Amino acid sequence: MNVSTSFVIRVLALVFISVVIQVAAVSQISIFGVSADLSPLVVMSVGLLAGSITGALVGFGMGILIDLVLVQTLGVSALLYIAIGYWSGRLRELRDPAHELVPLGMGAAATAVAGIGMALIQFLLGVDAPVSLLLLQQIFLTVLVNSLIALPVYAVVRRALSPALPDDPRRRRQRRYTTGGLSPLKRPSEGLGGSVRSVSR
Amino acid sequence: MHDKQVRRRRAVLALLVAVSLILLSAYFGESDGGPLHSVQRGIVTVLSPVQQGASTVLAPVRDIAGFFSSTFHAKTEVAQLKKENATLIFTNAQLQHDRIQNQQLTSLIHLDTAIGVSAYRPVSANVIGEDPSLWYDQIEVDAGSDQGVARDQPVIGENGLVGLVTDVTPGASIVTLITDHTLEVTAEVEDGTGDVGVLQPSVGNPSELVLSDLPTSANIQQNQTVVTAGFRSGKLDSFYPPEIPIGIVSNANEDTLASSGSVQVSPLVNLRHLEVVQILTKPQAGTTRASLVP
Repeated sequence: MNVSTSFVIRVLALVFISVVIQVAAVSQISIFGVSADLSPLVVMSVGLLAGSITGALVGFGMGILIDLVLVQTLGVSALLYIAIGYWSGRLRELRDPAHELVPLGMGAAATAVAGIGMALIQFLLGVDAPVSLLLLQQIFLTVLVNSLIALPVYAVVRRALSPALPDDPRRRRQRRYTTGGLSPLKRPSEGLGGSVRSVSR
Repeated sequence: MHDKQVRRRRAVLALLVAVSLILLSAYFGESDGGPLHSVQRGIVTVLSPVQQGASTVLAPVRDIAGFFSSTFHAKTEVAQLKKENATLIFTNAQLQHDRIQNQQLTSLIHLDTAIGVSAYRPVSANVIGEDPSLWYDQIEVDAGSDQGVARDQPVIGENGLVGLVTDVTPGASIVTLITDHTLEVTAEVEDGTGDVGVLQPSVGNPSELVLSDLPTSANIQQNQTVVTAGFRSGKLDSFYPPEIPIGIVSNANEDTLASSGSVQVSPLVNLRHLEVVQILTKPQAGTTRASLVP
């Protein structure tokens, strides 16, 4: 997969702008007592659109940027977002899902992975304070809120990246096959029809 | 060709995971003055003006969303506040009487050291960034060392304590909120005897704190106010001045208090809707400190 400079610039701009918007605005808006988290959704969208390697690289970059900007333990978010970007990309490469609601399901899964993964890493690093069972409710609500915005976020990411997306050989083959009129179900009857008409004339 | 692609993909994945783990280990192991922490502070310094600009530009969006969110909760809050108001009217009358009596007695024995927040040299700051995760309760504000802000200075909001400054750059600071799992505050319950305990967050529940290490015989009731204890014990000083309100006792179960010496506290400040805070840049000036009861 060849990656153009335009694509790299667009991805970098997307990562930077989404982190700034997340930190400066989205985090301060409370819905059902929680804030939406754009980061896993953006990483998931890039993975679905550009494949596993790009997804993992974007996940790593976004995770590091978030950890730097928010002064968190460096590497924690990166580790989680690599997994999200990679598996979103693998889903595209293995299944090539075409259903319109795939980003919604993937958005929910990505947010759940981010929330549960963060909890697990924090437990491994050590938590002194008591942990409330409401943490599970908070994670669930975040997944719900992120699911609601997953489709618009995916649409925005696709719009931002589509002019520069690397050409996928598999999709190119599929396009040629379907638009070239070579379908074995149609061609014999069409051909037959054409020859019959020509004979009758 | 396919094998080459698979190997390349796996190599990239392994490399990224390894780099993340190395960064995590190195960051976790180093001190606050370490190179990774310094890089982090450098990035915050560079990006804080951008965040400040973005925060200003996106303020109308935040306000509109905040309006709808507030309206959603308003109905339930009105009923609760009416109930609380009825109780507070009686309490207030009693407190007014006590205040007058207290003023008279303190002036009699020349111990009138009452001072306002202005004595702690407060610096106002706007919130320009907030952490979305449930594990790091931090905000970024647009005042830093250029404005006299330093590490470990307390931060207050409209109604009470918000948190502590944990990182400073010339133009911005990171404030760790009292609901973050790394923060503990020595607090006192205004229950007549001034029982002192350690206030900890309840991770995953941003509207609740746990005041623990209380005397099991303490007579703590619901709706009593919890304030900073501001202890001084030899050279050991609390970061927080005394008498800064933190929250109210939301659940004081007698059995829990007797068995574990803890009660639940609701913060007075809505930590999800912070826009302006005050950093107390001289928190110890002219204050008479309470002593910690062992």
